[in-house]
Amino acid sequence: MSMFKVFDIAGSGMAAQSLRLNTTASNLANANSVASSPEEAYRAREPLFAAVHAAMAGEVGTASEAAVGVRVTGVTESQAAIPSHYEPGNPMADANGYVYGSNVNPIDELVNMISASRSYQNDVEVMNSAKQLMLKTLDLGK
Amino acid sequence: MSSPSDPLFGIHARALGVWQRRAEAIADNLANADTPDYKARDVDFRKVLAEAGGNDANLQLAAPSSGQASSNGSTPTGNIPLEWRVPLQPSMDGNTVDTQVEQAAYAANSVHYQASLTFITAQIRMLRTAITGGGG
Repeated sequence: MSMFKVFDIAGSGMAAQSLRLNTTASNLANANSVASSPEEAYRAREPLFAAVHAAMAGEVGTASEAAVGVRVTGVTESQAAIPSHYEPGNPMADANGYVYGSNVNPIDELVNMISASRSYQNDVEVMNSAKQLMLKTLDLGK
Repeated sequence: MSSPSDPLFGIHARALGVWQRRAEAIADNLANADTPDYKARDVDFRKVLAEAGGNDANLQLAAPSSGQASSNGSTPTGNIPLEWRVPLQPSMDGNTVDTQVEQAAYAANSVHYQASLTFITAQIRMLRTAITGGGG
């Protein structure tokens, strides 16, 4: 029964969105991290989503161009400029008295967090509805 | 009662397959709501229905090449064609999923699926009555 596929699809969506929530949590936790050089500074991490197609999943059929879920192709680091602050008293300061903060934008992260949790809830609802429909199908004829 | 697609349950057995395929397509759209460049898909029910109920000759899927298996009026849910959804408004990342539209479509699809189930249940009850003579 192909209704089982809905669980796989919603499950892949939930996995992707929870990874997105994880990166958001990591970014927010490191929003105020400082480093001694721009290279060591924390850069905001962002997951990359891509649709999984049936042909890629090894299924043959005419509907192979249709997607069968979502996957995370990788996690990229934001290329935004690293802010520097003049704090000669900071133990992390470099020779010129500068520390380098993270390029995390807390507003972006909060928006990301809301979007990810809404998408996660959507996937949960899809799964619940599919489950109820399957249970009703099992009760057929009663 | 006798339908080209299924001798017992008429068109509802096939409709159930179509609703399942549609649930799958919409679940895909919702899972890919944040995927850049993803284009939303959906089943054109009118088209599939016309194919299933319009003409007996159209029912069996054509076998384009010799030796290719043809399906004989079963419910080939994998062969139901998907169409592209026309987006209500463009988005920066090329994604055409409108979450609210998909949620509404999924809810409507669930109701339709349950309606088909109800029709099949009624058919089973009727057959049971016919078999038992109304005594069972």
